[in-house]
Amino acid sequence: MNSLEFMVSHGSEVLAATREHLILVVISMAIASVLGVPLGLAIVGHPRSRAVALAVASVLQTIPSLALFGFLIPLPLIGGIGTHTAIVALVLYALLPILRNTYVGLTSVDPAILEAAEGMGMTERQILFRVRLPLASSFIMAGIRTAAVITIGVATIAAAIGAGGLGTFIFRGVAMVSDAVILAGAIPAAILALLADFLLGRLERRLRVS
Amino acid sequence: MSHPIIEFRQVEYQISSISPQPILSGISLEIHRGETIALLGRSGSGKTTLLKLINGLRRVSSGAVLVEERDIRHWDIIRLRRGIGYVIQETGLFPHLTVRENVCLIPELEKWPAERISSRYAEVLQSVGLSPALYSQRFPRELSGGQRQRVGVARALAADPEILLMDEPFGALDPVTRAELQREFLTLRQNLAKTVVFVTHDVREALLLGTRIILLDSGHIIAEGTAQEFVKLDHPVAREFLAAAELSTGALP
Repeated sequence: MNSLEFMVSHGSEVLAATREHLILVVISMAIASVLGVPLGLAIVGHPRSRAVALAVASVLQTIPSLALFGFLIPLPLIGGIGTHTAIVALVLYALLPILRNTYVGLTSVDPAILEAAEGMGMTERQILFRVRLPLASSFIMAGIRTAAVITIGVATIAAAIGAGGLGTFIFRGVAMVSDAVILAGAIPAAILALLADFLLGRLERRLRVS
Repeated sequence: MSHPIIEFRQVEYQISSISPQPILSGISLEIHRGETIALLGRSGSGKTTLLKLINGLRRVSSGAVLVEERDIRHWDIIRLRRGIGYVIQETGLFPHLTVRENVCLIPELEKWPAERISSRYAEVLQSVGLSPALYSQRFPRELSGGQRQRVGVARALAADPEILLMDEPFGALDPVTRAELQREFLTLRQNLAKTVVFVTHDVREALLLGTRIILLDSGHIIAEGTAQEFVKLDHPVAREFLAAAELSTGALP
């Protein structure tokens, strides 16, 4: 049986897995953005906390994804088997690109513009929210886009800890030594990633200020 | 004579205490209401730093700067700056805001009522020769260099400050636009009666626009005077400037 036939015959199962996958990704991305962007704003003026935050986020991303899922299982409250553990891991992964791009965007604003703002009598807070943040928005969106693509890929591994999603087919296919079943998970995941990249890329260009 | 609106008392400025040469030293200067001061000097003479000491973007290492007879260290820095218009070369406009948003930013932060902001916007845009309606929704990138500079001046005037600081305001413009804006500036100055301090490296501009010219060299004030006095100066640096512009005694622009 080839992959297309499998996907057609298991259509509703593939759709349900895609839906699960999307839910995992959307929830994780929402949490990562809500944490990452304000964290980026908070560290701009504080070199020491900036170094710590970026280092921690970088280290988290170097942990192999399967290992990270494994480490989380025995932890109380956030750990265990299932969706919520997967979301914790995905959030940790998505954090770095969002945090880093927020920080880079906020600090790459033309110094002449910042000095004009300061010279006009804007407070530090007003400069951050009315000048730096809007000018950094396309950078921040680029970080969210990178994080979304990564999260869609890594979320396939969430099936290993019982969180469902498109990874279910991939793991089943590996066990069955069936390319058709692997592809039934891999192809929709790839399409999701491309779609996310395209749509968020458009949003990013729209936010860009020349 | 009335009290100076801006006063420098034995000001010294250096970036760090270990640097061998201060950026500015021994600066004492009184600027009176209604004057237009041209700070003239080469690149690195300290003229821009001197300007930034007035709105607190730089802080003196020793001595004091007084605005309206009060040491700027005792001013609420935000209040001080909102009472001083600041114009820099064309990069100073906020690229993500429209002309109207740029111009009305400080009145808006000052929580002026909406009608007052609208009428003030129209007033200042007209005063710099732009149509308020035509430009309100445009972004800085959609404007020419001259238009951007006009908007920059309108923004600095919006909250009706007593003092206007201009850092090479016409520096990035082509010669024709530049001459046009200089002429308009003279008219504007007469109508507004503000105290203006501007930085330039162009001696013609200094002579044309300044009611008093302050010549800076290596962080010191080396000469000062009106245009008539300036062209008669014997100081070698002043002669260099005049020679570069091919101006000699009696040949005022």
